[in-house]
Amino acid sequence: MAENIPVGSTTSGAIAVAAEAKSTVATRMSAPPSFDVADFPVPHGREEEWRFTPLERLRGLHDGTAVATGEGVKVTVEAPEGAVVETVGRDDARLGRAGTPVDRVAAQAYSSFEKASVVTVPKETVLSEPIRIAVHGQGGVAFGHQVIELGDFAEAVVVIDHTGDAVLAANVDYILGDGAKLTVVSVQDWDDQAVHAAQHNALVGRDASFKSVVVTFGGDLVRLHPRVTYTGPGGEAELIGLYFTDAGQHQEHRLFVDHNVPHCKSNVVYKGALQGDEAHAVWIGDVLIEARAEGTDTYEMNRNLVLTDGARVDSVPNLEIETGEIVGAGHASATGRFDDEQLFYLMARGIPEHEARRLVVRGFFAELVQQIGVEDIEERLIAKIEQELEASVA
Amino acid sequence: MATLEIRDLHVTVEADNATKEILKGVDLTVKQGETHAIMGPNGSGKSTLAYSLAGHPKYTVTGGTVTLDGEDVLAMSVDERARAGLFLAMQYPVEVPGVSVSNFLRTAATAVRGEAPKLRTWVKEVREAMERLHMDPSFAERNVNEGFSGGEKKRHEILQLELLKPRIAILDETDSGLDVDALRVVSEGVNRVRETGEVGTLLITHYTRILRYIKPDHVHVFAGGRIVESGGPELADKLENEGYEAYVKGGASA
Repeated sequence: MAENIPVGSTTSGAIAVAAEAKSTVATRMSAPPSFDVADFPVPHGREEEWRFTPLERLRGLHDGTAVATGEGVKVTVEAPEGAVVETVGRDDARLGRAGTPVDRVAAQAYSSFEKASVVTVPKETVLSEPIRIAVHGQGGVAFGHQVIELGDFAEAVVVIDHTGDAVLAANVDYILGDGAKLTVVSVQDWDDQAVHAAQHNALVGRDASFKSVVVTFGGDLVRLHPRVTYTGPGGEAELIGLYFTDAGQHQEHRLFVDHNVPHCKSNVVYKGALQGDEAHAVWIGDVLIEARAEGTDTYEMNRNLVLTDGARVDSVPNLEIETGEIVGAGHASATGRFDDEQLFYLMARGIPEHEARRLVVRGFFAELVQQIGVEDIEERLIAKIEQELEASVA
Repeated sequence: MATLEIRDLHVTVEADNATKEILKGVDLTVKQGETHAIMGPNGSGKSTLAYSLAGHPKYTVTGGTVTLDGEDVLAMSVDERARAGLFLAMQYPVEVPGVSVSNFLRTAATAVRGEAPKLRTWVKEVREAMERLHMDPSFAERNVNEGFSGGEKKRHEILQLELLKPRIAILDETDSGLDVDALRVVSEGVNRVRETGEVGTLLITHYTRILRYIKPDHVHVFAGGRIVESGGPELADKLENEGYEAYVKGGASA
């Protein structure tokens, strides 16, 4: 509904049916993907992929002036029996297989990291407990690389928890063997000053299922790039995101699902609440159905709930279809103000305003929270939402 | 005894960049135990009266007073009015995604009663009230009004009426959109609440049909933003036979 869109927000989107093999999703990037930072010009801010991002707040991650400070972040991996955890050097052959950096910051991370974490779940191994990776910022600048690889028919849940203060650029690779099942929950619960830019590359095997849950609360600037490609038919990807953008925060989620293989599914649902002056959320949802990807089934949705004046949302779903032989393809984006009619209805039953707001916001996120499937994260998330709302009422 | 007194109430609404007066001096007194039917043609301002009493922000009160036992209702926020004992059963109940009926009812009951109802007795209380309204128990786990049929929405409103036990209940076109069976079930619910003798009921309706199930003590004809005629139940019979025509012309210009 047009009248629901708050001033200062944009919702645009496109469904393009392309006859050419050359995808516009790829060509509107300012440079082709590369592992070498030198292949990317320093962005000036008007490029398609940078136009929503306040470059000056990247603290030099985009122009080479950010230099690693040794104790930038502390990475701790806690894994149940059955998983293999290693710390490896740059030359390890297992790095960089799930995807190539698509922008200068991701390439900078790949060019600059010194040690990488590699977590392997051997084939047919089903983990009973989540693997927990704590990335704790210690106030410095850091470049990271992580690989999580599941062999054929392996199953695992991974929680990557970002806390503390840091300027961090990273690439995370998820590699799923045939029939593997991986759920990854990436929590961005940074302190107020943190800057975090990361590219998440998922390579989904034949009949494998990948679930990505991205939860972003903290940080001064968080810019994530979850990407999915498939290596065989029957793959499924579910990308869930929740964000709560406060005054002054910039939270940007740029998704790309490349249906490069027939008979795969993808489902993207991102929901965000915003409150306070200069709260800025950006959501870009790119889905490409390549000519050979017959039988594709895809849907993407972004919903934003604007709780106060002064917040801004830019939401851009793009669906590009090169074959008509598909099961389904769709997208939706909606940004609405807090619904006064809902508030009236609840208050007309005696429920005080702050409690009514809490019910509505909890309700807004509830369906996604229930899908996370990691109990302590669900509880922490609900507590976090309550805490954010308390702050807004006070 | 609870008494709602409406005196010379004037209400405006903003529409198309213009201020329009909808209520033009409403006078009405509703006492606990009484049932008043307010009947009128479309656009006469009946629903505006209902929503203004509940405090909907869309409406601006420009004159007059509303008191509940002498307390100034117009000075109260929406939730304060509800806690003071006013209840509005809405014509178009609002969907609240992600909030279950059971969570909503308990939150509302806690607010209105001033303390959380004891869980065991509360579950029983809700279950029995739902049974009386022929509502399936699974209803409690659905989200408030989401995907409800017209009849389900109205039953849900009456369920709240029974559980929240207001002193003054305003029923805004509760009969609209209901088939005869649903109308009977809903009317029985209203009558159960009325029979306690503890509620004053303001029944707003366009049709006389509901008055076969809920017998009013007083009938008021609403036209042109005010009450133009008041009488006993016989006035409803007259409306049944003659319609609103006489009031639409005469009443609006009077």
